[in-house]
Amino acid sequence: MGGETLSALHLLFTGDPALLAIVRLSIAVSLSATMLAALLGAPLGALVALTRFRGREVAIVALNAMMGLPPVMVGLVCYLALSRSGPLGAWGLLFTPKAMVIAQTILVTPIIAAITRQTVEDLWAEYRDELTAMNVGPIWRVATLLWDGRFSLATAFLAGYGRAAAEVGSIIIVGGNIEGFTRTITTAMALETSKGNLSLAIGLGIVLLLIVILVSALAMTVRRAGERFAG
Amino acid sequence: MNPAAGMRMWLTVGVAAVALSGAATRAQADSRSIVVASTTSTQDSGLFEYLLPLFKEKTGIAVKVVAQGTGQALDTGRRGDADVVFVHAKAAELRFLAEGESLRRYPVMYNDFVLIGPKSDPAGIKGLKDIEQALRTIEAKQAPFVSRGDRSGTHLAELALWKACGVDIEQVRGSWYKSIGQGMGAALNFAAASNAYVLSDRATWIHFAHKADLEIVVEGDRRLFNQYGVMLVNPAKHPNVRRAFGQAFIDYLISPEGQRAIANYKIHGQQLFYPDANDPGA
Amino acid sequence: MTMVRAPSSDLPIVFAGVDIRRGATVLLRNLSFTISAGPPTVLVGPNGAGKSTLLRAAMGLIAPTSGGITWAGRKVPSPTGRAIVFQRPVMLRRSCAGNLAYALAAAGVVGADRQSRLTDLLRIVGLEAVGDRPARQLSGGEQQRLAMARALARNPAVLFLDEPTASLDPAATKAIEDLVRAVSDRGVKVVMATHDLGEARRLAGEILLLHRGELIESRPAQKFFADPVTEAAKRFIAGELLV
Repeated sequence: MGGETLSALHLLFTGDPALLAIVRLSIAVSLSATMLAALLGAPLGALVALTRFRGREVAIVALNAMMGLPPVMVGLVCYLALSRSGPLGAWGLLFTPKAMVIAQTILVTPIIAAITRQTVEDLWAEYRDELTAMNVGPIWRVATLLWDGRFSLATAFLAGYGRAAAEVGSIIIVGGNIEGFTRTITTAMALETSKGNLSLAIGLGIVLLLIVILVSALAMTVRRAGERFAG
Repeated sequence: MNPAAGMRMWLTVGVAAVALSGAATRAQADSRSIVVASTTSTQDSGLFEYLLPLFKEKTGIAVKVVAQGTGQALDTGRRGDADVVFVHAKAAELRFLAEGESLRRYPVMYNDFVLIGPKSDPAGIKGLKDIEQALRTIEAKQAPFVSRGDRSGTHLAELALWKACGVDIEQVRGSWYKSIGQGMGAALNFAAASNAYVLSDRATWIHFAHKADLEIVVEGDRRLFNQYGVMLVNPAKHPNVRRAFGQAFIDYLISPEGQRAIANYKIHGQQLFYPDANDPGA
Repeated sequence: MTMVRAPSSDLPIVFAGVDIRRGATVLLRNLSFTISAGPPTVLVGPNGAGKSTLLRAAMGLIAPTSGGITWAGRKVPSPTGRAIVFQRPVMLRRSCAGNLAYALAAAGVVGADRQSRLTDLLRIVGLEAVGDRPARQLSGGEQQRLAMARALARNPAVLFLDEPTASLDPAATKAIEDLVRAVSDRGVKVVMATHDLGEARRLAGEILLLHRGELIESRPAQKFFADPVTEAAKRFIAGELLV
C-alpha cells in the first residue's frame, strides 16, 4: 500500500508534468475562487454587519447556514445553469476551469461573508463611539473596520480556501474531470478511488495536504510580519 | 492605513483573482478541440490515454473526454454539452438516434465482460461457458453479487443478462444483491472485500491491482461481448456542436489506421478491444 | 505649538428643558443650562447621575427626547470643533502614531501638516517615546493620554472629558490634570465629568452638580464649595450623597 502512496510523492518531487499540471490547476481554481469570494463576501458581510434593515436576523441566519452548502448541490445547480441547454449555455462554460471557479466561489462566499459579518459587527461594537465622535463617514468606517479586522478576515480567507481546496463534489460535476484540462487533485483522487487505486488516491491526498499546509504557513508568516509593524 | 490605500489593495486583489482564473483557463487549445462524452470503464481501460495523442498528432485536434456513466453520457449529448458520444449500450444508443439526437451511429469496436468471483466459488459455477446458466445459479443459491447500479453500460449489460436468463432481478433481489451506484473499480473493491461475484469489463479487471481472492469464473460467452458505438451529436439540434472536428474524430476511429491502433492497445500483453467498424451487424 | 481656534465655534452650548429617555428610563430630566467660553466646566455627581449622557448630548452624539440643544445658536453642531474622550477610550489596532494619524486624517489634516502635528501632539501628551508601540499595549494612563491627543488632533474649540482620571494612579492623574490645565489655558473650553471632588476643586471654573438626571446646582466653583445652596449639594460635598 505504501508503494503507490510514495510513488505519488515521488512524482511530485521529480516534477512529473501531469501531476504538476493537476497541482497547478488545483491551486489556480481554489485560489481564484477564494479571492473572488473575498471580493464579494467581505463587503457583503460588512454591509449586513453595519446596516439595520428588515429581516436582518433572517439574513444572518441564512448567511451562516449557507456556509454548509452541499458542494454536490452547488455543482448540480451550476451544471444545469451552464449546460448548453440551460439559461447560461451561451457562455459555453461547462466542463471548463472557469465553471469550476464559479462553483467554488458560490461555495466560499458565504463563509467569508459570515465571518466578515461577525468580525465587523464585533469590531463596530468596540469602535462605534470613537469613530462616531471622530465624525468618520460611512465608507471610511467600513474600510477602517475591514483593515483593523484584517487578521480575523485573513482567517476567513484561509477557511474559505480550505473549503475550496478540499472539495470535489461541485468541481467534478461542472468540470467533468477531463484529463489535462479540468482534473484537479481532488477530482483525480475521486477517479483513482473509483478505479480502485486507493493508495495512489491517498498519495494525492497527501500532496493536497502539503499544499494546504504551505498556504497556511504562508498566511501565518504574513500575519506575523504584519503584527510586527501594526498595532 | 487610509481608505484610499485600502481600496487600492482590494482592487489589486480583484485584478489578481481575475488574472489567476484567466491563467487557470489559459492552458487550452480551445479552438481545435472537441468534447467527447464517454464512459468511465472506457476511460479506466486507458484506451484514451493511448489513442487520443495519436489522433492529436495526426489532426492537431485535442479531445476532451468527460467520463460518465452511459446514461449520463447520452444525457450530456442530449443537452448539447458534448460534440460526440462514445458509449457501449446499443439499445440506449438506438434510442438516442430515434430521438433525433444524432443522425448516424458508427460501430467501432467491442470488448468483453467477464464474470468475476471468489476462488471459493460458493455458487459452484467456475468454468461454465454459459453466462445465463451461471447467473441463474447465483440467484438460486443467493450467492453474494455486486452490481454497479449506476445506469452505466456495464450495469445495463448486467440487467440485460438477468432479463435474458429469466430472472426478474427487481423482484428477487435480496440482501445477497448489493447495488452500490459506483464505478467499476469501486465495485471490484467491494466484491474483493465481501467475496462476491461481479460482472466486470475485462480491461478494468486486468488493470485492477487488488484482486485479493477474486478470479475470472466465466468468460468467452458471446453474450458477454460489449459493443461500442460512436455518434456525432446532431448539429441541427445543437448549433454549438463542432461538426467538422467531431466527424474527424469519428472518421479516425473507423479508419483502417484508427482500427489498427485500437487493436494494438494492450495491457500486460493482452488485447482489450476488437475493432469491428466494418461489421454490418455490430 | 499654537492651537488655532476653530473658525466657527460651537459656543455657547445651550440646553433648554432637555429630557433624554432611553425606553422607560429617564437619563436626564428638564435640563437647562449654558456652557460658555472660559475656564473648565466640571460636572460632578454620584454614579448614574447622568454625567456621561450630558457630555454625549453636548457633543452632539445623542438627540434629546424633548427640549433642545443649540450650538452657537444653531440647531446642528459644526462638523468639527468639538472632541470627546470617553470614560474608557478604545484604541484602534494600530501604533500610537497610527491612532493619531487616523484622528488627524479624520479631522481633515493632510499632507506634511499631518506629520508635524503628529509629532507635536505626541510631545504635548508626553508619549514621544512610545510612538511606534501598538496602542493597545500601553498602560491605562498612557492610553488615556493618547485618547486626549486624538481629541486634541481635531483642534477642538470644546473638549469633553468623561472621568479621564477615573482608573489612574496619582502620577498619571497629575499628568492628565496638568494637560487639562494647559489645554484650557490655551483657550480650549473644557467640559469635564469627574467623581473626584479634589480634582473638581483643582480644575473647575464652574461646577454643575447632577443627581438622578437633574441639575441640582450650577455655580462658579469657589462659591459652590464655600457656600453650597441646596441640601443635596451640602451632603455631596460632605461625601454623603447617595445615588
